[in-house]
Amino acid sequence: MAKLTPFFFLSSLIISSSLAFQSDVDDHEFGLEGAKPQSTQQQTPTTRKRYSDPDSDSKVQFSLEHAFGDSDFSPAGTFSARLKSWSHGGKTLTKLRFSRNGFSDEEKDTFKNLLKGDDFYRIRLPSNVISPPGKEFVVASVRARCLPRDGLDEHFVIHMEGANVLALSYGSLGACQYPRQFKLPAKWSFNSHTILKSSEQAPRTPIFTEEVLGGENADGEVEPPPERSFWAKYWMYLIPVGLVVMNAVTQATNMAEEQTGGQAGGSQVQQSARRR
Amino acid sequence: MAMAIKASLLLLVFLSSAIVSFSLYEDQVGLMDWHQRYIGKVKHAVFHTQKAGRKRVIVSTEENVVASLDLRHGEIFWRHVLGTNDAIDGVEIALGKCRNHLHYMWCSAISGYVITLSSQGSTLRAWNLPDGQMVWETSLHSAQISKSLLSVPINLKVDKDYPILAFGGGYLHAVSAIDGERVLQPPESSIIYVLGFLHSSEAVVYQIDSKTGEVVAEKSMVFPDGFSGAVSSVSSDKIVVLDSTRSILVTIGFLDGDISFQKTPVSDLVEDSGNAEILSPLLSNMVAVKVNRRTIFVRVGGEGKLEVVDSLSDETAMSVSLPVADDQVAFASAHHEGSKIQLMVKLVDDLETVLLRESIEMDQHRGRVDKVFINNYIKTDMSNGFRALIVMEDHSLLLLQQGAIVWSREEGLASVTDVTTAELPVEKDGVSVAKVEHTLVDWLKGHMLKLKGSLLLASPEDVAAIQEMRMKSSGRSKLTRDHNGFRKLFIALTRAGKLFALHTGDGRIVWSMLLNSPSKSEACERPSGISLYQWQVPHHHAMDENPSVLVVGRCGSDSSAPGVLSFVDVYTGKEISSSDIGHSVVRVMPLPFTDSTEQRLHLIADTEGHVHLYPKTSEALSIFQREFQNVYWYTVEGDDGIIRGHGMKSSCAGETADEYCFTTKELWTVVFPSESEKIISTLTRKPNEVVHTQAKVNTDQDLLYKYVSRNLLFVATVSPKGAGEIGSVTPEESALVVYLIDTITGRILHRLSHQGCQGPVHAVFSENWVVYHYFNLRAHKYEVTVVEIYDQSRAENKNVWKLVLGKHNLTAPISSYSRPEMFTKSQSYFFAQSVKTIAVTSTAKGITSKQLLIGTIGDQILALDKRFVDPRRTLNPSQAEKEEGIIPLTDSLPIIPQSYITHSLKVEGLRGIVTAPAKLESTTHVFAYGVDLFYTRLAPSKTYDSLADDFSYALLLITIVALVAAIYITWVISEKKELSEKWR
Repeated sequence: MAKLTPFFFLSSLIISSSLAFQSDVDDHEFGLEGAKPQSTQQQTPTTRKRYSDPDSDSKVQFSLEHAFGDSDFSPAGTFSARLKSWSHGGKTLTKLRFSRNGFSDEEKDTFKNLLKGDDFYRIRLPSNVISPPGKEFVVASVRARCLPRDGLDEHFVIHMEGANVLALSYGSLGACQYPRQFKLPAKWSFNSHTILKSSEQAPRTPIFTEEVLGGENADGEVEPPPERSFWAKYWMYLIPVGLVVMNAVTQATNMAEEQTGGQAGGSQVQQSARRR
Repeated sequence: MAMAIKASLLLLVFLSSAIVSFSLYEDQVGLMDWHQRYIGKVKHAVFHTQKAGRKRVIVSTEENVVASLDLRHGEIFWRHVLGTNDAIDGVEIALGKCRNHLHYMWCSAISGYVITLSSQGSTLRAWNLPDGQMVWETSLHSAQISKSLLSVPINLKVDKDYPILAFGGGYLHAVSAIDGERVLQPPESSIIYVLGFLHSSEAVVYQIDSKTGEVVAEKSMVFPDGFSGAVSSVSSDKIVVLDSTRSILVTIGFLDGDISFQKTPVSDLVEDSGNAEILSPLLSNMVAVKVNRRTIFVRVGGEGKLEVVDSLSDETAMSVSLPVADDQVAFASAHHEGSKIQLMVKLVDDLETVLLRESIEMDQHRGRVDKVFINNYIKTDMSNGFRALIVMEDHSLLLLQQGAIVWSREEGLASVTDVTTAELPVEKDGVSVAKVEHTLVDWLKGHMLKLKGSLLLASPEDVAAIQEMRMKSSGRSKLTRDHNGFRKLFIALTRAGKLFALHTGDGRIVWSMLLNSPSKSEACERPSGISLYQWQVPHHHAMDENPSVLVVGRCGSDSSAPGVLSFVDVYTGKEISSSDIGHSVVRVMPLPFTDSTEQRLHLIADTEGHVHLYPKTSEALSIFQREFQNVYWYTVEGDDGIIRGHGMKSSCAGETADEYCFTTKELWTVVFPSESEKIISTLTRKPNEVVHTQAKVNTDQDLLYKYVSRNLLFVATVSPKGAGEIGSVTPEESALVVYLIDTITGRILHRLSHQGCQGPVHAVFSENWVVYHYFNLRAHKYEVTVVEIYDQSRAENKNVWKLVLGKHNLTAPISSYSRPEMFTKSQSYFFAQSVKTIAVTSTAKGITSKQLLIGTIGDQILALDKRFVDPRRTLNPSQAEKEEGIIPLTDSLPIIPQSYITHSLKVEGLRGIVTAPAKLESTTHVFAYGVDLFYTRLAPSKTYDSLADDFSYALLLITIVALVAAIYITWVISEKKELSEKWR
């Protein structure tokens, strides 16, 4: 299982939990969760510049909108992040944080209706964060019944390409059991988790004149497989031999009793037949 | 003791029979495979019948094939398939005369060249007439895209050489027929008149000196109404065109460089005229115009006066005019009259004189006559005889002579667009199709022969006899189902809208059916087939019903044109029913539900975002209502770079009364930034694929669960700059990104970008893996990457006790709304060849290991074991991994010549490969189509579940008899010995 973790390292670096505020340790990906219901902005502006950073930063904000079933979209929260422009022209989003607006009473009722009808709760983001809404909105939706746990669990994965939002994966943190049960949340507070994902680079196709794959396998240098015990190696030969020996012993005792020859040859034939 | 001997001998016999060859031996060619050669729908035909030798016809086709056909039998003498972008604009025969005496000997040996002009008039080639070798190729300079013309004037002679005039790309070229050089030194001067149109509203006449190519004079004149494009040249100084409203015929005279226009409204010629259309054939002093489904012949008088000479009521195909004896010019016309074709040859000057009138019985399923080419010959009584080559609506090619069809070629099969498979009928009791053709003696004789063969005792005659026996054997072309599922039908839909059922045994056409036969309704004149689906496949219930296929067609080329559905019985090839569905067809989605008669439910999406359920029965509706909440679909908008997911909303009762129509709602979108990504390929798994093993065992006894989901979409995008030809961008400018997207929720499950890589991407998706092929600009090589997806949510089910106690989640329903816990493994390799298409073998239960079938640029199919594209390959696999069959990692994939399943053949113009499982688990049917068709049966893991065809039953029998005898003898001997011992 240890081998599998690298595949997740990009995505699951930081999943922050509710209400906890995390300092910005990581440079590229950062997730932060938003607020309790009714609490407005949780973010503390962290505008400290990195001294080693030759690239310019700018703050961007873009809003999350939601819709209940087939209703129209309305604001549901705000993402704010720092947009880092690299000297080679690329742009990346860092230090993303999210403040979630809680449901109003009216929205709660609509959401309850969604839960009853097992309908879709839909959210959307602008496809370009610098000049929203960009080309289009990126829409994601989930069956409303998947969200309620204790509170309302939600999990965003935002796939980015520069300043563009490619896609949005949205759902609860864990599994969504099928058939979906009707269940009202105990608390009407959101428990949000956000991950930014950018694309992985494919490894170069190795050319084997040098040892390229040495790093991938810890036991790259040919380690002989552990020596198996003698019994493990040769049991298939030993059992027939044992049988033959047993057979011979019984025959020998028989011979001793009956004092007749001739059977030894016969038993040899038997042995050879067994061996096959 | 005797038993032991018997056992060991038996073992020996089985071992010897178990050594089955992997690749094909020479004598096995044609046993399981067949290959058919086609040329496509004929565009131009030139007869070559002057010489006493073989009579032939040179044709060029819409599949970009130039071919020489035997006029007696219709066989192909030679053919060349030009590239897909190399459309042939004209074909002519030029007689390669000698330029000087040094070449005399060489020149006399050749009988002529076939000249082709292709690629919008920019490539001129000459092929040797007898054997089709290319003699020369000249690329002509072209400035813009325009119509191109090829002409070999017979009266223009330049220094014993007949130059070829080729027009294309805004230039007129005169090229020598001998070596393709541009003619530069013509001795005598003559003037060539060229008439052209500028901006579709201005006529220009150029007088060009054929000696120097200089424009001597130029005149132009503006025609205010504009021209519509179609031109018919009626004489050397007059042409007739249509104006842009298609209601006025304009005669343009350009005598001596002066242009004169004369307008004649079509309504003056015929009553209640609609849009007119000029038919292309060149008739002297005559123009054929198609108005209101009638063809009228209009004579062009001296002063440009037009008068109607004749009219034909039905749709008529006409040939170009052909000079017959005594300065007369004749042309042929063909049209339908009931089930017969009327072929008439008339003189152009005198339409009353009918030189030939023939009516030929014609199969209804060939449709109307599309094109006619005529050729005359002198009969023994010195009168003129005519033979006509006709192209039918279904693209078939027929030669008519003396009121009969001499030969026919089913050229529709060169443009197969979709293929599906169908079962043959079950052999009925009582009506035994299998005759008892062998007596016991024959049977034994045959097996003795085989025995001789296998013991290497056979003489050459015996070998030939064995071969012949094999080819005929086992009733492989019978029209009934067999135990192993080797006999099947491949149903192919062609571009002409014709269905063909091909037998897997020998490739013959069991039945064929034209969807738009002339008897069809007027509402949809020419539906074009889009795709083919298995509509009804009875195998559990409804066994008395015949299986049927659904053909989805469209009433026009536009995607918003109304669709047509047609249901065709597979056993008989008859159309059960057809309907105009009244809405457009964007996507057809077979659902995984069938009704009580095993008709599969299909959803058809239209351009308005509605989906329609078929079949329109209440039973289907109730089945669909049950699953209403769980039906999702997606659309790919390639131009905008958006993929949208949709869910069902409600019945569209509010808008229409149609209860089988449903509205949908948008659930998710994936938006690719247009400045950096452009969708070039999307792919899903085959819906009917069977996955047998859900898990893969690692070498360390670890279990990996495959992430097997039917709702995965593979998408490949490239940078917009890199969407062009390979090599048009630098590695820094181009990147290829591949995605795996869940089509229910729109989640991106896997995203990998390949910097410095470029399309085209050819991919295959099966089980839990995708293999895709692309070009790496940095390495200047093609690459193949494999991605395997594994499920982690089931990873904890490894504990045996959990499985025993039932505490596992293997049987729990999987919801797409759960967060997917999966990971991917991928690996890349270089691949030496460019690829046209990739497919994968499929077997009945999915147990047999898979092979990738790679259609290479050389139009061959390479079978590559899936083991070569396994991300678990390492440089130095451990002993345990080797035992498991993991191949040491190499940087490129091997191309083993023996693993070409097409062996020595080529599937020219290869476009697609279809695989279908046989009933026998080890075996899969492979059908490849392009201009040619190829079929074979493959056993990716060898035929482990059946004996070889040439298994010697006689040898087995003889062995058994010998063993029984040996047992008896040894028994007798031992009895005797025992007796003698007792007496001692």
